[in-house]
Amino acid sequence: MSSRIENTFAALQQRGEKALIPFITAGDPNLAVTADLILTLERGGADLIELGIPFSDPMADGPTIQAASERALAGGTTLEKVLALVAEVRKTSQIPLVLMGYYNPVFRYGVERFAKAASAAGVDALLLVDLPPEEAGEISAVMDEAGLALITLLAPTTPPERMQKLAAAAQGYLYYVSMTGVTGAQKITPESIRDAVEELKSYSAVPVGVGFGISTVDDARAVAAFADGVVVGSALVKIIEQYGTAPELQAQVEKFISALKQGLVAA
Amino acid sequence: MSYQYPDERGHFGQYGGRYVAETLMPALLELEQAYAEVREDPAFQEEFRYYLKHYVGRPSPLYYARRLSEELGGAKIYLKREDLNHTGAHKVNNTVGQILLARRMGNNRVIAETGAGQHGVATATVAALFGMECDIFMGKEDIRRQALNVFRMKLLGARVHEVTSGTATLKDAMNDALRYWVTHVRDTFYVIGTVAGPHPYPMLVRDFQSVIGEEAKAQLHEAEGRLPDIAVACIGGGSNAMGLFYPFVKDAGVRLRGVEAAGLGVDTDKHAASISAGLPGVLHGNKTYLLQDADGQIQHAHSISAGLDYPGVGPEHAHLNDIERAEYVSITDQEALDAFQTLTRIEGIIPALESAHAIADVMRLAPTLDKDKIILVCLSGRGDKDIHTVADALGVEL
Repeated sequence: MSSRIENTFAALQQRGEKALIPFITAGDPNLAVTADLILTLERGGADLIELGIPFSDPMADGPTIQAASERALAGGTTLEKVLALVAEVRKTSQIPLVLMGYYNPVFRYGVERFAKAASAAGVDALLLVDLPPEEAGEISAVMDEAGLALITLLAPTTPPERMQKLAAAAQGYLYYVSMTGVTGAQKITPESIRDAVEELKSYSAVPVGVGFGISTVDDARAVAAFADGVVVGSALVKIIEQYGTAPELQAQVEKFISALKQGLVAA
Repeated sequence: MSYQYPDERGHFGQYGGRYVAETLMPALLELEQAYAEVREDPAFQEEFRYYLKHYVGRPSPLYYARRLSEELGGAKIYLKREDLNHTGAHKVNNTVGQILLARRMGNNRVIAETGAGQHGVATATVAALFGMECDIFMGKEDIRRQALNVFRMKLLGARVHEVTSGTATLKDAMNDALRYWVTHVRDTFYVIGTVAGPHPYPMLVRDFQSVIGEEAKAQLHEAEGRLPDIAVACIGGGSNAMGLFYPFVKDAGVRLRGVEAAGLGVDTDKHAASISAGLPGVLHGNKTYLLQDADGQIQHAHSISAGLDYPGVGPEHAHLNDIERAEYVSITDQEALDAFQTLTRIEGIIPALESAHAIADVMRLAPTLDKDKIILVCLSGRGDKDIHTVADALGVEL
């Protein structure tokens, strides 16, 4: 199990803080910029980073992250190169890194080969949107052996019994999807999920992060009032889309992420 | 032989499964349970048969293509005339089944993806019959190629959503249908048009389409007193083929032959032959053969026929291929066009370009077989929708 993820959440808990978890797509606008972005995010106050593996058919994503995926693929990003990027970043940063994406690139790479390479590169966990617990058995033993956590997603449609079962077996942290929908499509109404998240926390073995629809400091603060962490994806990816390879990108991202972090600390 | 697929987890050997976002899992588990109930429910089956008979016009004829058989000089060729169904293709068998199931489950809203537009029309038709709301997702490129079917769907009261993401064809229409479903899953039934997608879809679509093979088996028994030697059908996702094959799967003496679209050739990058030239992978909720690059990115499919223009194939076909119970071959755009014209002129039947792939394979197969052999081929749809595409390909201006 990833000690970087556990240690990060333990330290946050001691300080009474909530985790800020930004999502960016690896290779958007290119891999060199992504490497800088990871360090910028860390400097700005990110506690853990979800790094998207681009895929040609991102079925759970809205237009913003679809476009990021397309830009990354057009630039020649492959899973192999994403792993090399992680290895490079690990020379200077110990921030927990979660690879997030769809199963096919990992399946095609070879599950065992991936687990070994990802672990060697310094990846902490894997989150595959289209690999529900019913199918995860085909990779879980291999991931365990490599010391990679497999992050579980829970949704508003997940029935209570199923939620209890999955939460009890969760590794790393739980990702609670705040709404039925794709990424970045609608705005969250934090109060509507408070009860669900609090109930989930009562039987979860690991911290609970909330994602989908969180785009502003106010959203993040409101969700952090009851969740252990907040995931911000599309809102951040929009800034990357806007500035691309322009020199002010890093400063803009740092400004956005520090504002979010300030909001969380103040919460 | 014994053949019990899918297993209780929805797998066909290593293929199939439920590779979807958690948001959809509860809906799929509910669908699985609802389908398990109606499968054993005589009242549901009776209702399904009622609409197939009185609304779709089943049984569809089994027609002995005498002139085509004589012209080719080999095996006797029987056409299973799914083109004579209401709405002009086999697709309606499945939409009747799924929409009756949706009603059982209390849904009044359906969505569907469509490529050639046949499944979209079949869904919109049955939705109109039962007064249901209907949203159809169709790639921009296919909307251009199949304007007639788009207008038909609109007349039937469906909203047609133009899909511009990715390659703007069938696979992207399915992506957007899944995105819409994940957003509206609580009150929407997704009518998948082929034997692909997450479990239980490949199974239930196969079951609803099996009426094709069941009827053909009985009709051929009446006409010839025996089983066919070979059963042939075209394959995009593979629903007409699964419907034809399934009732023969345990008849070891019957060769099952699926015909994929070779486009400009399987050795080019412009084809849709997932089994012949693809690799196992995971897309749209199931594990199956896919057209993909070495990094697992899905590649563009190409076929002159919009209904075959899909980079994957139903997982049961992938399994039948691997256990060598069925054989999979391919036919190019040009061969399909030739067969389209031959069948039209010799038998007076204008086939869909999809079905023309199966006919083209029969045309090369029949002459190699003795006259006492029997080929059963599924004529999955009629060709009216393809007239503009064919005219274009032949350089004729309409």
